[in-house]
Amino acid sequence: MSSLTHKAEIPEGGYRTPDGRIIGGVLMDIRNVTLRFGGVVAIKDISFDIREGEIRAIIGPNGAGKSSMLNVISGFYVPQEGEIWFRGEKRPPLKPYQVARQGVARTFQNIALFKGMTTLDNIMTGRVTKMKSNMLDQAIWWGKAEREESEHREKVEEIIDFLEIQAIRKTPVGRLPYGLQKRVELGRALAAEPDLLLLDEPMAGMNVEEKEDMSRFILDVNDEYGTTIALIEHDMGVVMDLSDRVVVMDYGKKIGDGTPDEVRNNQAVIDAYLGVVHE
Amino acid sequence: MSDTFFFAMEVALNGLMAGVMYSLVALGFVLIFKASGVFNYAQGVMALFAALTLVGIQNGQIPFAHVINATFGTHLSTFGWNVPSFLAILLTLGVMILFAILVERLVLKHLVNQEPIILFMATIGLAFFLEGLGDLMWGSEIKKLDVGLPQGVSDTIERVTYEWFGYGFFIDKLDIVAALVATVLVIVLTLFSRYTKHGRALRAVADDHQAALSVGISLRFIWVLVWSIAGFVALVAGIMWGTKSGVQFSLSLIALKALPVLMLGGFTSIPGAIVGGLIIGVGEKLFEFFIGPLVGGATENWFAYVLALIFLVFRPQGLFGEKIIERV
Repeated sequence: MSSLTHKAEIPEGGYRTPDGRIIGGVLMDIRNVTLRFGGVVAIKDISFDIREGEIRAIIGPNGAGKSSMLNVISGFYVPQEGEIWFRGEKRPPLKPYQVARQGVARTFQNIALFKGMTTLDNIMTGRVTKMKSNMLDQAIWWGKAEREESEHREKVEEIIDFLEIQAIRKTPVGRLPYGLQKRVELGRALAAEPDLLLLDEPMAGMNVEEKEDMSRFILDVNDEYGTTIALIEHDMGVVMDLSDRVVVMDYGKKIGDGTPDEVRNNQAVIDAYLGVVHE
Repeated sequence: MSDTFFFAMEVALNGLMAGVMYSLVALGFVLIFKASGVFNYAQGVMALFAALTLVGIQNGQIPFAHVINATFGTHLSTFGWNVPSFLAILLTLGVMILFAILVERLVLKHLVNQEPIILFMATIGLAFFLEGLGDLMWGSEIKKLDVGLPQGVSDTIERVTYEWFGYGFFIDKLDIVAALVATVLVIVLTLFSRYTKHGRALRAVADDHQAALSVGISLRFIWVLVWSIAGFVALVAGIMWGTKSGVQFSLSLIALKALPVLMLGGFTSIPGAIVGGLIIGVGEKLFEFFIGPLVGGATENWFAYVLALIFLVFRPQGLFGEKIIERV
């Protein structure tokens, strides 16, 4: 296991979680990010960090700017102000596919799978960034490209086992029920062996049982592969159980940041969720 | 067996061969449509342009000679050398790839996230532009294309079939070559799209742009790739049609014949393009043979379109196309 969580010493800037896991240094640092769409300010001067090995949640009421934040991190939106530091380096404005190649994988709120392709092919596509063979190798096919293909296939089968979706390997994903599609999408993101995994409402629209399964997979991914995870979720119960630290957003602003317990007792957060009388 | 039967057989076989030619054009449409959801109206003109360029390079023609002559009062026409066929084909392929890159840079890049109809209009513009460019670069006279493909009626086939059936079949050698080339092309394209990284990336982009971006696929690269492949297919079609009937403007109109082929086969299926082409090819020849005389002939002009209409009514997604399901 390569996971940092099992090292004995706490690295600089790291901390120990209540359940004994050790979280490493800063992996991604978001500094004073502001995102505008025309006159609308979607994100206003937000700063927070994501540490190695951590499960970091972003919560907030509808329209708080959570998804926009995730889209900024994954390069789909380019913020007008602020900086993003990744692995200790300032990130220039990148295209989404370039961010992906840096080791940031993501899932989408409204599942974005390749519907015509099988589960296996979908997850294989997740390994595009890992494949090194070029057009010429592929044109000649046998040799390097073929060997590479089967190596990647092994890794993909491992993920399929991990997510317990062996039975639907050859099924076109368009035909799968919602919960399974979400799982395949997670598989595709995992296939890239990301350093940072972004999950946009991984449990939206699921029933209780599916939510439990998904929670288990998220914890297992974090534990077994040591993957750092940042997720957005509506279900407060789930968020509090899963995450190490929580950022709370409301109207594009950060109103809270800390452990689930700290956040739960934060007056601003309570107000945002329960509503207060504005004078 | 009667001669009529054999004659009908021969007609059907020739139809099959003609169908292969339709398929070659249809294939180019399918590739771009599959990958980007764009119906590339310029596909036929691309075939014409590729053939023009090929002839031009082969004969050592100076591009834009007419324009240069008209502007500077010179009398340029050729470099005075002949380029060997193989090299000329490679150079033409290079030109088509360059064209793909330019299309991406100058057109597609600026139309990201636009409605398909906008992109379609853009390809219409592209078709006219390319047609004019072809004229300007290489002149508008009809040209003969010869890259060394066998042509004319195959004596062997005629002799052998005569010995077997007592009836000699007339089959053009070029048609047989075209059939072989089309088969190889389809096999290669299918293998490519199914089992290689770029093939998979191509299908991924066709399916969902956002998701493709999120796994690290560069859309721009894929578009250049797709248009290059379509350019390559256009070159193959251009060579076949050009050898058969000369390189001339009407070559770009064969694209219209590809439309019913696509409606039959489905816009998204490579095998569909082939089978659709074959059905149209055989269908129109046999129809002309049996029914033609009863209605005064010339049925080949409209048969394909009527067949396509019937298909549109009863099976709008074509034979092999993805079923159209609207979820509400």
